[in-house]
Amino acid sequence: MNNGLMIEVADLTKRYAGRAAVRHLSFQVGRGEIVGLLGPNGAGKSTTLRILACYLPATSGTARVAGLDVFRDADEVRRRIGYMPENNPLHPEMRVREYLKFRARLKGLGRRQSRERVGVVMEQFGLTEVGRKLIGHLSKGFRQRVGLADALVHDPEVIILDEPTIGLDPSQIRAARQLIKDLARAHTVLISTHILPEAEMTCHRVLIMHEGAVLAEGTPEQLQQQMSSGGQIIAEIAAPLEELRACWQQVAEIESFEVAPAAGDFFRCSLTPRNGADLRPRIFTLAKEHGWRLRELTRNQFSLEDIYMSVTRPDEEEEA
Amino acid sequence: MTRPYLTLTRRELTSYFVSWTGYAIIAGAAFLMGLSFVVLLDKLRQQPSPTPVTELFYATPFFWLILLPAAPVITMRLFALEKFSGTFETLMTTPVSEVQVVLAKFTAALVFYLVMWLPLLACIFTLRYFSNDPVALDPGAIAGTFLGLLLLGCLFLSLGCFASALTRSQIVAAMISFAGVIGLFLASFLLDRAELNTGWLAQAFYCVALVDHMQDFAHGVVDTRPVVFYLSFTAFFLFLTFRVVESRRWK
Repeated sequence: MNNGLMIEVADLTKRYAGRAAVRHLSFQVGRGEIVGLLGPNGAGKSTTLRILACYLPATSGTARVAGLDVFRDADEVRRRIGYMPENNPLHPEMRVREYLKFRARLKGLGRRQSRERVGVVMEQFGLTEVGRKLIGHLSKGFRQRVGLADALVHDPEVIILDEPTIGLDPSQIRAARQLIKDLARAHTVLISTHILPEAEMTCHRVLIMHEGAVLAEGTPEQLQQQMSSGGQIIAEIAAPLEELRACWQQVAEIESFEVAPAAGDFFRCSLTPRNGADLRPRIFTLAKEHGWRLRELTRNQFSLEDIYMSVTRPDEEEEA
Repeated sequence: MTRPYLTLTRRELTSYFVSWTGYAIIAGAAFLMGLSFVVLLDKLRQQPSPTPVTELFYATPFFWLILLPAAPVITMRLFALEKFSGTFETLMTTPVSEVQVVLAKFTAALVFYLVMWLPLLACIFTLRYFSNDPVALDPGAIAGTFLGLLLLGCLFLSLGCFASALTRSQIVAAMISFAGVIGLFLASFLLDRAELNTGWLAQAFYCVALVDHMQDFAHGVVDTRPVVFYLSFTAFFLFLTFRVVESRRWK
């Protein structure tokens, strides 16, 4: 029925009062994957997750979870999804165990079954000691765990977490990431984040979203490779300027170049290769032939951060 | 089918009693009831009266002073607070239908409202215990009074639910429902002002004359017209609430 695909989004569009928050979005998530939606605030991540969690209807397009349409089979989809919204809203006046039991019952678990599952998730997230505490009195890290425990209490196949590490301190963030990674063994996880290292560290696959559309997609390594293949080569060479220019013009693999004076009698050359070729050995040979002094030779490796910045930059310049 | 409804009703009801608001409402209502009881006893001491005690109680100004603000204060947090804190999203992403949510919140508010009126029963029984006069304490009149309270409560609380569903702010919700409740209360006086005795307009004005209805109920007279009026308007406001909650899912 779902040939291993747990989430299928096809041509999804959501308009709010004329403005499109999500436009023609399509992506798929396979069983057992952790996929991260990465993008600046306002890129349409939360809207996408809300549509998948059957909170908002899409304007057009379809979204399926475990082969079920999120609009027509909303209740069945809700049963299969564990969803934690942004900022993890909870009832502060309830006690941890009471809250989780209430949530389990709402999600359709029987009396005995809910007691059992609440015990399991409280154990899993280390909440056993605070079971009788009021949620309002818990620290943010514990509240986050309560939110995650709630998302998992009915043992859903798909877990959707909107900004799961927002507002946590670094050690809590690390703990939360580990929890998310552990989930992937038995569940399919879709998270949204605007923090790069988080996507880089926790996700098998990253979708970079911008203005409601996916701009780039792949594993963190793939994205890195894709972007680095066009990478510039930086060489700092001490040589007569005219000679350098003439030489770069002759090399066929160099599409364009820039030469700028650097400290000492060196020039900093930025070379853009044709077809993503790696020119470093060639430059070294050239330098040796001409008797130039070479003090730096690097090829730009893009981190996910550079990719993210380059992909989302146009928007930021507009805002500035 | 009914399980989420019961679970939700229980949660809503407990949340009245774990926060100070619930106790504050009950304390305020009990204080005003006590005051009116004192006024009532004072009146009776000066001049014995043949009218039922419940009707005398109704005649004290405190009755509407309790009833009118109670509904907005009880219902203001139902939807507004959940929307404000974001728990509305966690609630609506569970397999619970909008009808269940609306009905559960309304039921919880109604139960709390009835609990709030319990001191009145205590007052009546105190009077009965010390006066030993079964005539003054007609069980029919007591039942009528409570039926009236229940029906008025249904109407005002459903109006409050609707107001709360409209906004994220509890204050705004309370304002809207208070305006609605006061509006309905003032409409009662249209009948007197218009000085009409016959015709369809008089009939229509009689339908919304809450003060007159309550007077009859407190007297032990149950007219079906007001009963139908209250129940249908309650259903109407609950339907509106349902539509507002559901509107999130309109395309």
